[in-house]
Amino acid sequence: MGYPQYMRDSIAKVEATRPRRLQETFPMLTAQEKQALLEKFHPDYIREAMRELRVGPNKGTRTPHELADLLEARPLLDPAAVNLDNVDYETDVLIIGGGGAGSAAAIKAREAGAKVIMATKLRHGDANTMMAQGGIQAADKENDSPAIHYLDVMGGGGFTNDPDLVEALVKDAPLVIQWLESLGCMFDKHPDGTLITIHGGGTSRKRMHSARDYSGAEIMRTLRDEVRSWPEDIQVIEFAPAVELLMDENGRVAGAVLMNLETNEYLVVKAKCTIIATGGSGRLHYQNYPTTNHYGATGDGLVMAYRVGARLAFIDTMQYHPTGAAFPEQIVGLLVTEKVRGLGAQVVNIDGEQFVFPRETRDAESAAIIRECVERGKGVTTPSGIQGVWLDSPMIEIIHGPGTVQRELPAMVRQFGRFGVDITKEPMLVYPTLHYQNGGIAIKPDCTTDIPGLYVAGEASGGVHGRNRLMGNSLLDVCVFGRRAGITVGQHFREVKPGKLTLSHLDRWEKQLKEAGLDPKVRAPILLPDYTRRKGV
Amino acid sequence: MANEELIPIYIMNKQYLVPPTLTIMKALEYAGYKLIRGVGCRAGFCGACATVYRTAGDYRLKIGLACATMVEPEMYLAQIPFFPAPRAQYHLEELKPDMSALLKTYPEVLRCLSCGTCTKVCPQDIDVRDYMADAMRGNIAGVADKSFDCIMCGLCAARCPAEEKQYQIAILCRRLYGKYLAPRAEHLHKRVQEIMDGKHDAELIRLKSMSKDELKKAYYARDIEPE
Repeated sequence: MGYPQYMRDSIAKVEATRPRRLQETFPMLTAQEKQALLEKFHPDYIREAMRELRVGPNKGTRTPHELADLLEARPLLDPAAVNLDNVDYETDVLIIGGGGAGSAAAIKAREAGAKVIMATKLRHGDANTMMAQGGIQAADKENDSPAIHYLDVMGGGGFTNDPDLVEALVKDAPLVIQWLESLGCMFDKHPDGTLITIHGGGTSRKRMHSARDYSGAEIMRTLRDEVRSWPEDIQVIEFAPAVELLMDENGRVAGAVLMNLETNEYLVVKAKCTIIATGGSGRLHYQNYPTTNHYGATGDGLVMAYRVGARLAFIDTMQYHPTGAAFPEQIVGLLVTEKVRGLGAQVVNIDGEQFVFPRETRDAESAAIIRECVERGKGVTTPSGIQGVWLDSPMIEIIHGPGTVQRELPAMVRQFGRFGVDITKEPMLVYPTLHYQNGGIAIKPDCTTDIPGLYVAGEASGGVHGRNRLMGNSLLDVCVFGRRAGITVGQHFREVKPGKLTLSHLDRWEKQLKEAGLDPKVRAPILLPDYTRRKGV
Repeated sequence: MANEELIPIYIMNKQYLVPPTLTIMKALEYAGYKLIRGVGCRAGFCGACATVYRTAGDYRLKIGLACATMVEPEMYLAQIPFFPAPRAQYHLEELKPDMSALLKTYPEVLRCLSCGTCTKVCPQDIDVRDYMADAMRGNIAGVADKSFDCIMCGLCAARCPAEEKQYQIAILCRRLYGKYLAPRAEHLHKRVQEIMDGKHDAELIRLKSMSKDELKKAYYARDIEPE
């Protein structure tokens, strides 16, 4: 295993240019250059990949076909198979999703005195949060401020972000780090206690906090362990995804129907407040891209919320992470953390030459890599026919000293080492990979939505990141808005008296489909991707 | 693909022919399994897909994560998607970061035989025996540091002759370390206080009131902290 000879020939060129490149800084894109690059090479701008929705609150909004198919689908649930008079669980707060946002919400809702049920598709903690490597942003250094963070976020999102949500994100950020520390998260620190922070793409200050390159895993396992401290107040139901929201006769969301994945039984949960924290949709493989996402990232929350009339925002924009693994074949599409570039590694082509500033925002960095391979033909083609460019990780050892890569990037060393690639000595071959759902269900800063009784937090929500999220703002997002959702329902639940449960919104949905002239065969949510009998993915 | 390019593997003793380039997880799917158990992040971070296997002609029991281990010819495999090792009930704020916390929650920690089976089976190559030795001495910081890369797959507990729950002990120690023993970040607490006192509100309000063009101008003119 390891690189074949012809790839080693290109690596020799990377090594030859390295001493010179260590002295060079590739210029950053100007605003005009960036816009032109995005329009020509970013997947969001491929018109044929999208269509206008034909039904529902976002009728006329463009969205990728793969998501549109599910938003316009018929329900997976057969209403006749559920008896709503037979309520299996009754609770103050139902949280759908057991990732970072759901767990943070559970902790805060419990603190406010609510009884919580958390329903999760697979295991508690099976979520994109667990897989985030690079870090979490917070403006807590002397030379930084929430306002500077705000400006970075708005610029990263193409100045399209919802300012109120961004304000909440940046103002809560230091509080979130403090909160996570109080729960026992181990962030990287200097011996005097100063938090170690580095740059990410699009940051103007070094504000990326990390826990080696297990940042998300560290946050997720800590939040999960805290949730598990309160079994009397928080009941976690695993392998039981929600398949449909329930409403009451007053037009309020009032719980959900869950499905036991192992027995296929339906379970009716009646709740005063319902939080969707179902995460993203990378497993829909937009435009056939491989993905960094968790197995369960199939956009279920968007589908369910859309059917009760919740408005979606920015669902025409997905994030393609610039550095997905392109080699070896076994790990194609998996994440190579942005921390690699944050530590100084450059991105170079087949000849060992730079072609882009290494820390452009992700949309621009990805577009530049696509251009280098597709238009300029300067990518390296793998034995299985995938193109990629080099991410020169050995530079990190030269810049920061031997042993840095092993210390700062143990997960990456392990990931590639399993397949015979030593990233302390050899560069990694990378290509953009589907990483994040920039948009989602529209929320306000307190995580409420257009629909009473329905709250949303984390990747399932839309607006805070605009058209492009910055690195380290997703772990931050799940914590900030997970906490806010928990706090908000903690204030609301006592005043709510749910009425009689109903699924009449499904009849209305069927009527809307008919009026739009649609007769979809697809049933959604799909819950899991189907990879059976397939060699790839 | 022609049959001669496929290799035989045995999933719970039933033979399937699969391409040799696949990971165990993708081979299971190639064989026709739609996975619910034993699958999670598919990238080596979640610990859902612990797998044990033997290969023909080798007495040794081998382990790996299904998402990160390639199939081999004549591989006999079974997944261990769940192993009973429940977490002790505790609230972090009621514990002290020393031996007393471990004796209260996992008193069986002292039964460790230091046999090293845990170290041998860890798919993350963590020296579990070593951190268990630290645990037996009440060295919370040692456990926290050495166990940091743990993905809680549970293989250590599954194979332990002393019936320890190593990974549960490890997360308790990491949380105790993070909360009580890690040096305090003064700059963080100072910033939080400033935010609580409203000291950053005016600047945020100013930025929020800017037009898109003004904001754009400010963004492209902002100074960037050097490396």
